[in-house]
Amino acid sequence: MSSQVLTSVLFLAVVALTVGITFWASRQNKGAADFYAGGRSFSGAQNGLAISGDYMSAASFLGISGAIALNGYDGFLYSIGFLVAWLVALLLVAELLRNSGRYTMADQLAYRMKQTPVRMAAATSTVVVSIFYLLAQMVGAGSLVALLLGVESAALQNLTIAGVGALMIFYVTVGGMKGTTWVQIVKAVLLMTGTVLITVLVLAKFGFNLSELLGAAVDNTGKGQAFLEPGLKYGVDLTTKIDFISLSFALVLGTAGLPHILIRFYTVPTARDARTSVMWAIALIGAFYLMTLALGFGAAALLDTGPESEVATSGGNLASPLLAEAVGGGEGTAGGAILLALISAVAFATILAVVAGLTLTSASSVAHDIYANVIKKGAASEKDEVRVARISAFVIGGIAIALSIPAQKLNIAFLVALAFAVAASANLPSVIYNLFWKRFNTRGATWSIYGGLLTCLVLVASSPVVSGSDTALFTNSDWAWFPLSNPGIVSIPAGFFFGWLGSVTSNEPTAEARYEELEVRAMTGAGSEAAVHH
Amino acid sequence: MADEPTPPPNADRAHDAGVEHNVYDHMHASADFQELRNKYRSFAIPWTVAFLAWYLLYVVMSNWATGFMNIQLVGNINVALVFGLLQFLSTFGIAWLYAKHMNKHVDPIARRLEKQYNEETGR
Repeated sequence: MSSQVLTSVLFLAVVALTVGITFWASRQNKGAADFYAGGRSFSGAQNGLAISGDYMSAASFLGISGAIALNGYDGFLYSIGFLVAWLVALLLVAELLRNSGRYTMADQLAYRMKQTPVRMAAATSTVVVSIFYLLAQMVGAGSLVALLLGVESAALQNLTIAGVGALMIFYVTVGGMKGTTWVQIVKAVLLMTGTVLITVLVLAKFGFNLSELLGAAVDNTGKGQAFLEPGLKYGVDLTTKIDFISLSFALVLGTAGLPHILIRFYTVPTARDARTSVMWAIALIGAFYLMTLALGFGAAALLDTGPESEVATSGGNLASPLLAEAVGGGEGTAGGAILLALISAVAFATILAVVAGLTLTSASSVAHDIYANVIKKGAASEKDEVRVARISAFVIGGIAIALSIPAQKLNIAFLVALAFAVAASANLPSVIYNLFWKRFNTRGATWSIYGGLLTCLVLVASSPVVSGSDTALFTNSDWAWFPLSNPGIVSIPAGFFFGWLGSVTSNEPTAEARYEELEVRAMTGAGSEAAVHH
Repeated sequence: MADEPTPPPNADRAHDAGVEHNVYDHMHASADFQELRNKYRSFAIPWTVAFLAWYLLYVVMSNWATGFMNIQLVGNINVALVFGLLQFLSTFGIAWLYAKHMNKHVDPIARRLEKQYNEETGR
């Protein structure tokens, strides 16, 4: 059986498994709390697995190991930022948010502020962040399938994107949060298992000696010790160094502002379970990123990573699957074919689980924030709200498919880093201010969300990523005036500044008075949403 | 309605939203709650500052202290790799310390206050 056939069979097995889970989960979906928050009945460990499944996207699995394979140590810098970020979520956000919100990121702002403006602002940034993130995953899915099946056809890539889109709409509309969560749990287990397997096989080749593995990577790439030192990618000049600081802060501060991560804290019965879920997530995500070291340096040591190689031309995205083939016995062997197919299927499952989470998040925000609370002023029935959420999932899925097809030339890591920058600039300031600053109010919240969002988007549009450089989106014109490719270093402080400015220039006694209630509720869980018992 | 804050989402379940407001207000003023908030903030805020500074140090040194970062310690393992791995260790360690602190000093008070709230509002 050829590797392509085996890969296709395993892809179909992943699809069948996740579709089965979704049907099974849908039988327990009754009300809005089931659809949006899985009945708040997941345990801390289950939610920890689901968070890991939601967070470790194709950009982590394929992107980071690929970045290490090509740029050595500098690829590892991503892993560190992505992991340390979880301390912000654990210490400042997870538990307080669990107790003060209900279904969406906007809930905890609306608790003490004017509904219409804060919900509109939070829903806007939720949808923008989720769409950028969705584009990255779907573009990744298209190129992954084309490369793995060895078919360079635009039609096949478009078909894959449409297929992934159709599946994610199915998971969300049929399974709701329960189905989505179980898909993410299964994906996390598959991903960890696959990664452990390849890591052990790689390390076994070097007698479980890390130094020997690193030495082999240095020899094979011919880049010398510089391959193991920081600076190969970001140490070129002052601009790249500042860009690196900017990226680092977007990574560390973005996680706790990603709406699809925030709403996962609503799926557990208490704040203590939210804490347990983050502890599990930190353990799993940390272990995973440690293993990407073995995958990335293993790929550098065992594969051809020269400028003409498959690893390099795929931007590093094929490093992990090809490494699996190599440690399984190499091209043309049964072991190689099986491991290649297995790791490709894991990557595919990874993409499906992440896109489902993102679609659910956007659909929830449109239905709960915009439809139920802004348009219907809180008078919509639960049934209506869930119906609108399902319709929104269709519309958002459709938009994501339509945008992904022309976006296929965009760099996946860039899109993900941009989503993190928007999350850190537009969402994190309002979440932190709302939980910790009594004086924060409606104007502060809307200014920080719109201000952070616009600053971020304007700076990216004015950066060399969009125009003026050889790798830009528009290579023929040049209107770039902002030198950095990641806007975080300017846009994150801007988000905090606008939030402060808006608050101190307006007076809203109700927001301040309700802060004390919010505080008691957030810290004790008194009066917070309880789990649904069927 | 549009310009008012959301009523507590569970207002329909409580007897009277007014009772809830009063309960929250006097809970906020209680010594128990002040202690709870103090115990939480005195851990969370300094540790957040500490791990962000520690991370910034790592980022800055990766940029500008390459001579130090490139020193080889054992075989091909250099300071940069060990520093990166220490970021992993510190993340695991701070998470563990936080959970321990919350279990011991914060959860008992939070449980007591939640029980008090449920009794006073009849939930």
